[in-house]
Amino acid sequence: MIRKINIFKSADWLTISLYVILIIIGWVNIYAAVYDEKHASIIDFSQKYGKQLIWIFAAFVIAFAIFLLDSNFFSFFTWPIYIVMLIFLVSVLLFGKETNGQRAWFEIGTFKLQPSEFMKFATNLALAKYLSSYNFKIHNIKSLSIIGLIIFIPCILILLQNDTGSALVYLAFVFLLYREGLTPYVLFFALLTIILFISAMLVDKFIILQILLYAAPIVFFLLYPRFKTLGIGVAIFLLSFLVAFGINFILSFQYSLYYVFFAALFLTTITIIIIAQKKRIAYASVIMLFLFSAVSFTFTVDYIFNNVMEKHQQDRINELLGIKSNLLTTGYNVNQSKIAIGSGGFNGKGFLQGTQTKYNFVPEQSTDFIFCTVGEEQGFVGSMVVMVLFSTLFLRLIFISERQRSNFSRIYGYGVVSLLFLHFIVNIGMTIGLAPVIGIPLPFFSYGGSSLWSFTILLFIFLRLDSHRFEKLA
Amino acid sequence: MINQYSNRKYIIGGIIIVFSLIFTFRIFYLQIVDTSYKYSADNNSQRRITKYPARGIIYDRNGKILVFNEAAFDIMVIPQQTKHFDTLDLCKTLEISYEEFITQYKKAISYSTYRPSVIVSQISSKTYAILQEKMFKFPGFFVQGRTLRKYPNPIASHILGYVGEVNQNIITQNSYYKQGDYIGISGIEKTYEQLLRGQKGVSIYMVDVHNRIMGSFGEGKFDTATVVGTNIKCTIDADLQQYGELLMQHKKGSIVAIEPSTGEVLMLISSPSYDPSMLVGRIRSKNYVELLKDSLKPLFNRAIMASYPPGSTFKLIMALIGQHEGVLNTNTRYPCAQGYPPLGGHPKCHSHASPLNLIEAIGHSCNSYFSYVFKSVIENKKYRNTYKAFEAWRQIALSFCVGKKTESDIANELSGNIPSIKYYDKVFGEKRWRASTIISLGIGQAEMGITPLQSANVVSIIANKGWYYVPHIVKEIGNNLNDTTLNRFKIKQYTMITDTSIYKNVITGMSDAVLTGTASRLKINGIDFCAKTGTAQNPHGRDHSVFVAFAPTNNPKIAIAVLVENAGFGATWAGPIASLIIEKYINKKVIRVDLEKYIIETNLIGN
Repeated sequence: MIRKINIFKSADWLTISLYVILIIIGWVNIYAAVYDEKHASIIDFSQKYGKQLIWIFAAFVIAFAIFLLDSNFFSFFTWPIYIVMLIFLVSVLLFGKETNGQRAWFEIGTFKLQPSEFMKFATNLALAKYLSSYNFKIHNIKSLSIIGLIIFIPCILILLQNDTGSALVYLAFVFLLYREGLTPYVLFFALLTIILFISAMLVDKFIILQILLYAAPIVFFLLYPRFKTLGIGVAIFLLSFLVAFGINFILSFQYSLYYVFFAALFLTTITIIIIAQKKRIAYASVIMLFLFSAVSFTFTVDYIFNNVMEKHQQDRINELLGIKSNLLTTGYNVNQSKIAIGSGGFNGKGFLQGTQTKYNFVPEQSTDFIFCTVGEEQGFVGSMVVMVLFSTLFLRLIFISERQRSNFSRIYGYGVVSLLFLHFIVNIGMTIGLAPVIGIPLPFFSYGGSSLWSFTILLFIFLRLDSHRFEKLA
Repeated sequence: MINQYSNRKYIIGGIIIVFSLIFTFRIFYLQIVDTSYKYSADNNSQRRITKYPARGIIYDRNGKILVFNEAAFDIMVIPQQTKHFDTLDLCKTLEISYEEFITQYKKAISYSTYRPSVIVSQISSKTYAILQEKMFKFPGFFVQGRTLRKYPNPIASHILGYVGEVNQNIITQNSYYKQGDYIGISGIEKTYEQLLRGQKGVSIYMVDVHNRIMGSFGEGKFDTATVVGTNIKCTIDADLQQYGELLMQHKKGSIVAIEPSTGEVLMLISSPSYDPSMLVGRIRSKNYVELLKDSLKPLFNRAIMASYPPGSTFKLIMALIGQHEGVLNTNTRYPCAQGYPPLGGHPKCHSHASPLNLIEAIGHSCNSYFSYVFKSVIENKKYRNTYKAFEAWRQIALSFCVGKKTESDIANELSGNIPSIKYYDKVFGEKRWRASTIISLGIGQAEMGITPLQSANVVSIIANKGWYYVPHIVKEIGNNLNDTTLNRFKIKQYTMITDTSIYKNVITGMSDAVLTGTASRLKINGIDFCAKTGTAQNPHGRDHSVFVAFAPTNNPKIAIAVLVENAGFGATWAGPIASLIIEKYINKKVIRVDLEKYIIETNLIGN
């Protein structure tokens, strides 16, 4: 008994308060989003807000139950949990109910459960467990492979469910890995990949090639300021270009200038790498390899876009980048969402006064587009309150993570922040037209039992671990 | 325990803060800076209801109403706003079949899911009353007030025309019209559409969650007011029109009467006609198809679209042209041997004294005489050759608006025809025809065709001795004295023959026709009038009975042309009808009740 009291005392009540406040605001907005005078009672269980109320109480029970468990339970049972969740993912593929082309749900009566939601905390536990293992070093092939397996096995299973959004969530672990020592180049490369992808979609690839060709020697010179070496590099390129051009000339200009440049670049890269190995100028190889991969990547963007992505994904990217827009079909959701938020103004239209969200102009308003209701009815003020609450929660969780004495707890904490943060930026980014439409929920806000419970479990395991920090002292 | 990477917490924290700031700016931009989304939202949550003004009322020349409006209701739907509803209940209330409803509903969806479309048009006030009680059960549906045309008397359908729904063609051509709007399709409704329709207005209402109207938006500041359609007073005399239609019942043909001093059309009849209320409301399309299929072509406005050979009435113009060209005067005499002697008695003529002078020839409508006149006009030495003379003849005839549109305000007017040199060159070969080849033109037969309106206008010109106002059917437009629409009907138009003494001779001949000639049985007590009978040869059947007249001889008040198809001699059918109408118009009372009864009861269509 005494031990329990200690735990609750040492629990991080600020985080719990933020959690409860977000859930309450979320529920109020679900109520507003589906409000209908005929079902005005808040405990009408035929309505979404009535059901959500049940999920919320269940979530509180789950949270409480987690606090009753021993703090070593999660560390000890990590692998069984992870395996069981994987089994769930496999079985939903085999026995699940297909809705909207996704095979992501278990249906027991009217009750629906989405195993992929629960996979998130299990994966996080597994990562924390593995990364905190004794003598762990991140930069070797074996650890990277195991990390890759931990993340990508659930990822692939979820992709097989045809739920791309939920699979993308696992990219969040990059933040965790970065914190745990993964080279910052990963973040840098991730950013660069996105920039290259977008520019390849928007700008002619030839122009990107030109820009990269100019950028490479400049970067090289900044890192290794010797004119002679730079001169040799440029000379090699010009020579390669002449060779490539000459070949094309013999082939009576069968290939466009773009391919000539590309071939020249290929020749240059090989030559420079060979020379750089001898002269031991590491930068040169890296830069050339990077340059060559970047150009190759822009070259493949078209292929990926046209052959790998599905039609609705292409549409969403086209809409986001403003390449092709149709406000009545592909761009309808986001446009209506922006209208709803934009019409909120500074103070909002007031509780239950939102015309856009209630009028069913915004689709999926109680789940993926719940932020619209906040924007419309509570205006800029309400939106800012939500923004501040979430940001505070994230920063607080970082703070708590950093105060952990066990590596397992800290790593797990970063996993929590990473997952919540990714959901947050993708979901809100989508409603305000900064991210493509990816159907993932806003933590604690969106309607749905599975996601609410999974986020609750995710968060409260960490809070339980955190409350344990005093136990050890005692 | 100090972790070697613990500084990276700042980077991660920084990323979170940067993203939060980007989102904050973006939301600030959407909600505070950019106002365009607010307008879009207004569009979403406001209901814009189009208000249709009542169409202008049309009066006759004496202020009698010819057409007015009654309220009707259209049931509209905004598909996006519908929820589950009892379709069968709605169908039952609206008195339409389920299939019909589904078809209309699908049509509405394909037009637009968020803009209103008509589901059922023009329901009755009774249906509306029942529906109104149940309206709450059908979210997304609402009632749009409309007005429908209503006719106190079933007359003048060809003059008034009818109103119908706009088609896609009109919508693309004129942005004023939207799906479901109405437009004048023929008659005055068409010609004066812009004035009669008024201006649609839009009221903007706030709608709540349940799509109920909560009041006007911005206190009606943004509403556009409707402008009621302008009333029009037309030149028709309703009583005369009604009387004429009565006389023309069971007969095919046309009557046009014009007031010579103003060019105002007093009556315009095309028979058989139809009840104008047949083409109103939901029964319109059904009735329209039936009228279209009718072998007697009731929709065809013979008065302005049918071109008949003018027959002997054209002799009036021949008499005028002959004098004008200097080849004919009152002392000119020509023989008649029950036909035109030079061509072996063709064209034929009836038996009368011979030879005749001009006045007598008009009075007795001598075919031989006017064949001589035509020959002398075409072979006039004044011109270098026959063809020059022919062209001169044609131009003068055209200046009387025969074979040429009068440019009246009656919609869909056709021009009729006077053959040209080119035409005859084609038929007979270039310069291989002469006066004798085309001699029947002189007596208004052959390829010549003119409309009843043109005939009436010719009589009006003779009554006026050389000038006319463009015939028109609208007298006044609204109360606006500055309206310039009708100014063109106040300009005197002159023919190429302006010498009044030329006309006087013709008038004397026409007067003789009534006093002693072909129309002598049609005298009216107390009215001196001038007339000319005619029989238009009809290659397709029995000749048409033609009669033109104006009355009284001094100070003419009415010029009239009557044509009864397949009825034989002009004096037999067209004459009595014209005579009765003149009596009715001038004396306001018809005392020849036996003749009247005989005409009314005679069926000349057969069956």
